[in-house]
Amino acid sequence: MEQAFQALLGEWKGVKGNVIPLLQKTQDIFGYLPQDAMREIARVTGKAVSEIFGVATFYAQFRFTPMGKHVMKVCHGTACHVQGADSLDTIVEQRLGVAPGNNTADGEYTVERVACLGCCSLAPVVMIDGEVYGRLSGDKLGKIIKTVGSVT
Amino acid sequence: MSARAEVAVGMSSCGIAAGARVVFDSLQKDVAARGLPFSVVATGCIGACHAEPLVEVRQADGKTFLYGNVDEARAHSIVEAHLVGGTPVGEMLVPADYPYLARQRRIVLSNCGVIDPESIEQYIAHDGYAALKKVLTGMTPEAVIEEVKTSGMRGRGGAGFPTGMKWAFAREAKSATGKKYVICNADEGDPGAFMDRSVLEGDPHAVLEGMLICAFAVGADEGYIYVRAEYPLAIKRLQIALKQMEERNLLGDGILGTSFSFRLHIKEGAGAFVCGEETALMGSIEGKRGMPRLRPPFPAVRGLWDSPTNINNVETYANIPSILRMGGARYAAIGTEKSKGTKVFALAGKIKRGGMIEVPMGISLREIIFDIGGGIQGDGKFKAVQMGGPSGGCVPESLADVLIDYDSLAASGAIMGSGGMVVMDESTCMVDVARYFLNFTQSESCGKCTFCRIGTKRMLEILTRITEGKGVEEDIAELEDLAAKVKVSSLCGLGQTAPNPVLTTLRYFRSEYDDHIRNKRCAAKKCKALIRFSVISGACTGCMMCAKVCPTKAARGERKKVHTIDQDTCIRCGLCYEACRFDAIGITSGRE
Repeated sequence: MEQAFQALLGEWKGVKGNVIPLLQKTQDIFGYLPQDAMREIARVTGKAVSEIFGVATFYAQFRFTPMGKHVMKVCHGTACHVQGADSLDTIVEQRLGVAPGNNTADGEYTVERVACLGCCSLAPVVMIDGEVYGRLSGDKLGKIIKTVGSVT
Repeated sequence: MSARAEVAVGMSSCGIAAGARVVFDSLQKDVAARGLPFSVVATGCIGACHAEPLVEVRQADGKTFLYGNVDEARAHSIVEAHLVGGTPVGEMLVPADYPYLARQRRIVLSNCGVIDPESIEQYIAHDGYAALKKVLTGMTPEAVIEEVKTSGMRGRGGAGFPTGMKWAFAREAKSATGKKYVICNADEGDPGAFMDRSVLEGDPHAVLEGMLICAFAVGADEGYIYVRAEYPLAIKRLQIALKQMEERNLLGDGILGTSFSFRLHIKEGAGAFVCGEETALMGSIEGKRGMPRLRPPFPAVRGLWDSPTNINNVETYANIPSILRMGGARYAAIGTEKSKGTKVFALAGKIKRGGMIEVPMGISLREIIFDIGGGIQGDGKFKAVQMGGPSGGCVPESLADVLIDYDSLAASGAIMGSGGMVVMDESTCMVDVARYFLNFTQSESCGKCTFCRIGTKRMLEILTRITEGKGVEEDIAELEDLAAKVKVSSLCGLGQTAPNPVLTTLRYFRSEYDDHIRNKRCAAKKCKALIRFSVISGACTGCMMCAKVCPTKAARGERKKVHTIDQDTCIRCGLCYEACRFDAIGITSGRE
């Protein structure tokens, strides 16, 4: 991982507008943004560490803690809201024991609320590990959670 | 049109989510196993998302048959009956005069669901890059801008600024840096909108061709397409398209043998709604926090890295090749006097036939919802349609005859917006909808302007209070006061339009606010603090289903005996209501 990170820094050094791509690709490598990596990015881009943190904390995509094995994104777009996305949150909380924005205690799941996945005709939807599950009911979601990973 | 027989499967994100991949694999396997003279191909989205997965059989004789709601079993019968037996499976066909498709006018979407979006050859076979060639080899930049002006097209990102005029500003601007840029705004952030995603996934080259034509017209040699990271498939298809363009000398130096050079980069957004605002978007490309800055100077004068920049959205660019091919005057013949051409909408919510549609300007909202969309799910009562996302408003049923054009919609309090259209019925609480949008804009406010940062927070607190049954009479006046102040004291569109969902629901659905405040009643039975679930003893058979699904064990009872729901432990998740097969769970609100 460290090697891939160093290669990344070399590749983007001196490129205009490199801060956000560097953060994105660093997160691709580590699954989150480790503090040491942030300092390295600051050094390579010639910016203050505070400035790099300023950028990273502005955008919803960046995280500073490791991800769970599975990432579940509960869509809260307008169409999903109208079709009952709030109830899905309740189910997730009941089944996994965590509210959106957290990892489960066993590190199996990271649960996130997202603004819109753009699959509005299939609302309400949830994305698990990049795959979209649509036309959900609370019962259906509960069954999907069971098949994807172990439940605490 | 290729004369080869094909079986095309719609493979956009939504198609795949509905199960298109399984269907595709199954068709491919069956066709190969039987050695049938068909090739199984992937296409973009034809837009009929409610009938996904969609499969189109294109026979060698030119006849086409569209199948809807295809699953693995249906895929097998298509192979057996149609591909082998030669008889289309009538009951699975989407009829040729299907009103969902028949009422549309497809310009931007003409290739979506028709060509393979990962094949530049197919794009070229459908007149792709013909407009670019025409422009580069026979037109001056001024003539191109004139043609776009003649078309009368207004920006499809929502604000509706005339595109030709915007280009002219960027053309005329003197660059202190010697550079000019073009940017495509594909940061489709409005929840409930997926037009740009579908176009990028279904016909990426059309957008890129539009950008190249624009670059030639304004004198730019470098461009960015800023796509939100939540659209991985769109990004992948753009990457493929760029590579194909490089191979064919459609990017780089001396494009198509002329002196025109252009470089294009894909920028992945990092998840900030405010970056849909043009100055914030440019800040984000530069690697900063995406915070808007004061205009003027407008991007056309000083934009990306202080250079003149033209920025349009996906749908605007996707229209450009067609405008240049058909001529501005012919394009201007479509639509109304002040709103020309077509508009793509993402139709979702409580509608029977949802999906992505393209209609001529001047069609009425009622025609879209009832003729194209087929009316309300479960034959419920149409209540309102939310247009334009968090910047837009709710148009009530009484105004359903409003025509789709920039000015009529603005007069209704909504906006054309980028094209999100979420239909609502009697089960939607309008106070809850207003709270939902305020919650969104409040959390997405970048924090630069005080009223946007704090004013929206105070508004959200009031709305939350009302939905929890703790509202007071004075709350309405305070909401209106704050709304007016947030509108005038914000720098960018996010803050200036954030109060719109509140203002339109107050204007058209005031009685719902009053009902929540005075009677502590939510007629739509949506606001959790104001509703109760209970068992209707006459209907309950004691099947124990509700007890089984209840996550807090609030629903309980013995087999074959009437069950009860304990109000103290009930979390109002609605699972019992969903699970009960005997309509024995009732929801009440207020003094019912």
